[in-house]
Amino acid sequence: MKPRFMQGNEACAEGAILAGCKFFAGYPITPQSEIMRYMAEKLPKLGGVYIQAEDEIAAICSVIGASWAGAKAMTATSGPGFSLMQEALSYAVMTETPLVVVDVQRLGPSTGQATKCGQGDIMQSRWGRHGDQTLVVLAPYSPQEMLELTARAFSIACKLRTPVIVLSDETVAHMREEVYIPEGLEAPEPPRPKPGEAEFFGSREPAGVPPMPRVGDGFNVMVTGSTHDSRGYRKTADPQVHRRLVTRIVAKIESREPELRDIDYYGVESPELLLVAVGSAARSVKEAVRRLLSRGVRAALFRPRTLFPFPASTLSQLAEEAKAVLVVELNLGQLIEEVRKHIKPPCRVEGLNKIGGGEPIAPSEVEKAAARLL
Amino acid sequence: MTHPLDPYLRPETLPTPFCPGCGCGIVASAFLRAARELGHSDLSGFVFVSGIGCSSWIPSPHFKADSIHILHGRSIPTAMGVKAVRPELEVVVFGGDGDLASIGLGHLVHAARRNLEVLVIMVNNMVYGMTGGQLAPTTPRGAVTATSPYGNPESPIDMVRTLAAAGASYVARGCVAYPRHLEKLMLEALQASGFRFVEAVSTCTTHFQLMLGTKSPVEALKKLRELVEFRDVMQGPREGRLPLGSWRPPGRRPGFVESLRGLR
Repeated sequence: MKPRFMQGNEACAEGAILAGCKFFAGYPITPQSEIMRYMAEKLPKLGGVYIQAEDEIAAICSVIGASWAGAKAMTATSGPGFSLMQEALSYAVMTETPLVVVDVQRLGPSTGQATKCGQGDIMQSRWGRHGDQTLVVLAPYSPQEMLELTARAFSIACKLRTPVIVLSDETVAHMREEVYIPEGLEAPEPPRPKPGEAEFFGSREPAGVPPMPRVGDGFNVMVTGSTHDSRGYRKTADPQVHRRLVTRIVAKIESREPELRDIDYYGVESPELLLVAVGSAARSVKEAVRRLLSRGVRAALFRPRTLFPFPASTLSQLAEEAKAVLVVELNLGQLIEEVRKHIKPPCRVEGLNKIGGGEPIAPSEVEKAAARLL
Repeated sequence: MTHPLDPYLRPETLPTPFCPGCGCGIVASAFLRAARELGHSDLSGFVFVSGIGCSSWIPSPHFKADSIHILHGRSIPTAMGVKAVRPELEVVVFGGDGDLASIGLGHLVHAARRNLEVLVIMVNNMVYGMTGGQLAPTTPRGAVTATSPYGNPESPIDMVRTLAAAGASYVARGCVAYPRHLEKLMLEALQASGFRFVEAVSTCTTHFQLMLGTKSPVEALKKLRELVEFRDVMQGPREGRLPLGSWRPPGRRPGFVESLRGLR
């Protein structure tokens, strides 16, 4: 197989197309621009729809409409736009609407340094919405993974009827590398109901995924963000209905952590120093681990490509023998909060953080931090 | 006992949660009668999209049809997503003046500009009803509401002329105090193409009455007749009276989804 030399954003868009994405709506924002441009060029020729929306809220809401009309649908944005999409993402969680949102992280807060790399949306991706909810977050660190994880995002979204976030960053989005196009990236259809079925929002299974009809197919589906029973009827005061619905929606994702688990692990089997990183930060860490290993340090990189649901049990096991865990991030400390929850003393958890100007963390900086911990 | 509109409704959702005398029932009835008039024996060719507010409850849960009850103000972009993927479906948006003319105004103007092929029905009761009678962008100047205790310092927006200027293919204003006329406008709108907008001037028997100083739904409906008059809608309100009627621009502009399909 011949590789293609692709940019991360282009690879992301191509991954979406290979997964069967037929609807894209977006609003211009740096640094996701090439995704929109690629979709604008390719989708109409593939029988799909590309729309430049009037803002990010319109983009995500039209994606929700397109998804209920039966299309695999996606939008792409960056931090500020991602914030604008959070209310609609909460709706997509509550109504179990499959869709994909790509967040190419840039350096905030606010407009911050808009063209520079940052990883300040890690907690926003997991907790940015109101109410009890969870969804799936995938974190690519190369153009190859931009392609594969975006395609995978569609597959997960359709199988589990959930929004999926592809959490990229400016460096990964703009780098160019060889990309191999694997076979079989097309995502399945969401589970569709049989004629006569009427329960599209409930399941006998505590973590079940109900069938999703398309509008216009004669099922008279009622989609609402209000608490609803299994047939879609609003139950805005019944405590049992609310508990059952929201508990199932959360369990639907959380209970599938083992099958969603996707970890890039590099290094010795029971490390004394475990390094945790995602996205572009993990690239420097990988090089640092290579150097540490060559010097005989028992180190390893733990890089959860499925960032949420977080692979907590795997991390806990791997860190059992470790003296220290070093969490390397291009922010002031977000992923470290998740990691800390799953590490027991006497193992120490420390952060190596850097923000400003889009400067990457150099492997030598990681090595220095590692030396302090050992 | 059966009602001629039963085939279009979910009987288990009746009676509606609307307050006695609410205009939403008249608007729903006008729309369904128009659909029936056009030969629809059920609502299978329709998809309804609505936001948040009393009138957003007209189709969802009451219409026996597909409906998407989306976020406050976001029915228009949701409808755009549905229509772009399934152009063969008639996509109808129901919403209130708060939902469509305040929080959702930007989307509405862009839908008119694009000539998106949807029908938008805005129930204008000039107030936020569901949340307790607050000031809306359609509230008459000087009116006392829950959040304008010293009188509304703002002027109301004329949505019919705003959307006509933005590029709508059909705009109309009816009133729940004239239900047959409203039904006629719905019929015209359903037969037209491109972006269509029908405003239904209505009452809020719970909150609007305080504003009008009326004491019963019947009184409120009578009072409403004093606030509207039949004349050219493009001339705008005069001495506080909203014109009722319809307008369409000369010529035909291609629809948005039609244009998107042309790119293939």
